[in-house]
Amino acid sequence: MKKIIFALLFMLTPVLAQAAGGNVHLDSADIDLQNKDSLRRGAKLFTNYCLSCHSAQFQRYNRMARDLGMTDDQVINNLMFASKEVGETMTIAMPGEQAEGWFGVTPPDLSLTARSRGPDWIYTYLRSFYLDDSRPFGVNNLIFDKVGMPHVLWQLQGFQQPVYETTVDEDGKEHKAIVDLELVEQGSMSPAEYDQAARDLTAFMTYIAEPIRLERKRIGLWVIGFLVIFTILAYMLKKEYWKDVH
Amino acid sequence: MAGSNNDKIQGGLMGWIDGRFPLSSLWNDHMAKYYAPKNFNFWYFFGSLALLVLVIQIVSGLFLTMHFKPDAERAFASVEYIMRDVEWGWLIRYIHSTGASAFFIVVYLHMFRGMLYGSYKQPRELIWIFGVLIFLALMAEAFFGYLLPWGQMSYWGAQVIISLFAAIPIVGDDLALWIRGDYVIADATLNRFFAFHVIAVPLVLIALVVAHIMALHEVGSNNPDGIEIKKNKDANGVPVDGIPFHPYYSVKDIFGVGVFLIFFAIVVFFVPEMGGYFIEPPNFEPADPLKTPEHIAPVWYFTPYYAILRAVPSVAGSAFPGVAAMGIAVLIFFLLPWLDRSPVKSIRYRGPLYKGALTLFVISFLVLGWLGTQPATETLTMLARIFTAIYFAFFILMPIYTRMDSTKPVPERVTH
Repeated sequence: MKKIIFALLFMLTPVLAQAAGGNVHLDSADIDLQNKDSLRRGAKLFTNYCLSCHSAQFQRYNRMARDLGMTDDQVINNLMFASKEVGETMTIAMPGEQAEGWFGVTPPDLSLTARSRGPDWIYTYLRSFYLDDSRPFGVNNLIFDKVGMPHVLWQLQGFQQPVYETTVDEDGKEHKAIVDLELVEQGSMSPAEYDQAARDLTAFMTYIAEPIRLERKRIGLWVIGFLVIFTILAYMLKKEYWKDVH
Repeated sequence: MAGSNNDKIQGGLMGWIDGRFPLSSLWNDHMAKYYAPKNFNFWYFFGSLALLVLVIQIVSGLFLTMHFKPDAERAFASVEYIMRDVEWGWLIRYIHSTGASAFFIVVYLHMFRGMLYGSYKQPRELIWIFGVLIFLALMAEAFFGYLLPWGQMSYWGAQVIISLFAAIPIVGDDLALWIRGDYVIADATLNRFFAFHVIAVPLVLIALVVAHIMALHEVGSNNPDGIEIKKNKDANGVPVDGIPFHPYYSVKDIFGVGVFLIFFAIVVFFVPEMGGYFIEPPNFEPADPLKTPEHIAPVWYFTPYYAILRAVPSVAGSAFPGVAAMGIAVLIFFLLPWLDRSPVKSIRYRGPLYKGALTLFVISFLVLGWLGTQPATETLTMLARIFTAIYFAFFILMPIYTRMDSTKPVPERVTH
């Protein structure tokens, strides 16, 4: 037991906010959740490329239709491949054990990834796949080393190759580090188009992580407006009562 | 209490009730004829605000209980169900999660007020003791509640705190097993934590709050001058520096409630996670007993004590000294009324020694709070040790510096 406590106390190296990522620099996703077009494009990318292996088990199709300004039929015809009813959540048919055999790990549910890792992490992750012959699917990821996932969006982005920089430390040892990624095979999108696609997908994943996020600030303004008026009236009432206290 | 018998209304419905239940005298004793000093300042809002937050937590918690499933297989999903499918469930949940942090902010400021104006000093020792018991119950309530969403931080945070009990010599391991109800944190743990969180601790909290307020209304409120207003009464026996709590302080507190709710709403609607301080990002991953998160960070309100825990070095391979130091750091508040030997209550009439000591204490509390969120590097551990020493020195040396300290003459009547 004491060992466990020690191990735990040792591991307790807390961190301020967004935990994942370590020392890796994350690019700013710069998403715009008010842009419904961006969210709908993201929905299309998500259902086409992610939703065969990853589920989003808390997100309902019809909620998505309502929130992103689509009809149920549009969703059924264009975005719903694995489920039968529009009221269902985004589950997948792939059994977890089989997936573990294929990828080494069960692909995680993506409902809340934007809240656990943050939008910037997702955006950076989607743009950080690079060719690596030592990996089963031939690719690795800068911010998720030895990732089990293939570069699913390669047809869109193409393939990137790492640019190494070799530094020599005081002991004369050479260290090779990846400083950049360069596109060696162009996909169907230009780099700028791919960045936008990654941004759309990130925006969509941020939406499914907290659907009410599209609404709550608008509601909050009304609530705070009411409270400000209430507080002004309460202050005037207080002033009135306290006139005779000297 | 004074004058209760004369307060009875003779006829009508109120007369009928007063003949059977002391409604008018309760109202008068605690509201309309409870005389509070007229010179309360900003710091005196936080008592009524603490009561408000308690009510907010009970009401929002009640509605969460209607949809939450205290089951290791379903708890995490039921929270997301509340966030997505329950009408206004997201709002109820954010109110409850923000309320938890708000409770500690308000209580910490309320305790600081007591230390500013010597409100714990004779004859208010019991009010203070009930208050520290409320603080302890609040910590227990927060600890039990934090496991319920069954996220990674819920699970591993509880793991860390329960292993603190395991560090107690001899009985530790059995005690931890008894708390968990299993060899690891599991369904049994979640179920009993739910029971404690929604029934046992709230009942204790409410009872303690009643005792806290009854003790307060028995001796009367302190004030920023630290003067007993009951020493100066007019011909009717009413303190000359007192004003009836209702309507004067009831309307003033309603204004305070308005200001507080504006800040509360800003968090709930605009930054419910508060940058990862109120809701920690790793808690959006379901609890996984096989996968330890990279970093386990306690919620912000526990970080000063967590920093003290880490600052104290282990002795002979046992983490118990740190655990003991953390416990004492909380429990030592009980002794404050007897450690303080100053003849005056309020900081307004105390000398430089107490002012300096209190300033250092506040700084050490804030720095320890920050250190508790940081990785324990060598420099930071050194800092944590220094500020832990200052934290304890504030209490241990208090009998000496409060007696040595110079004081200013205390006026007869309250000042403005």
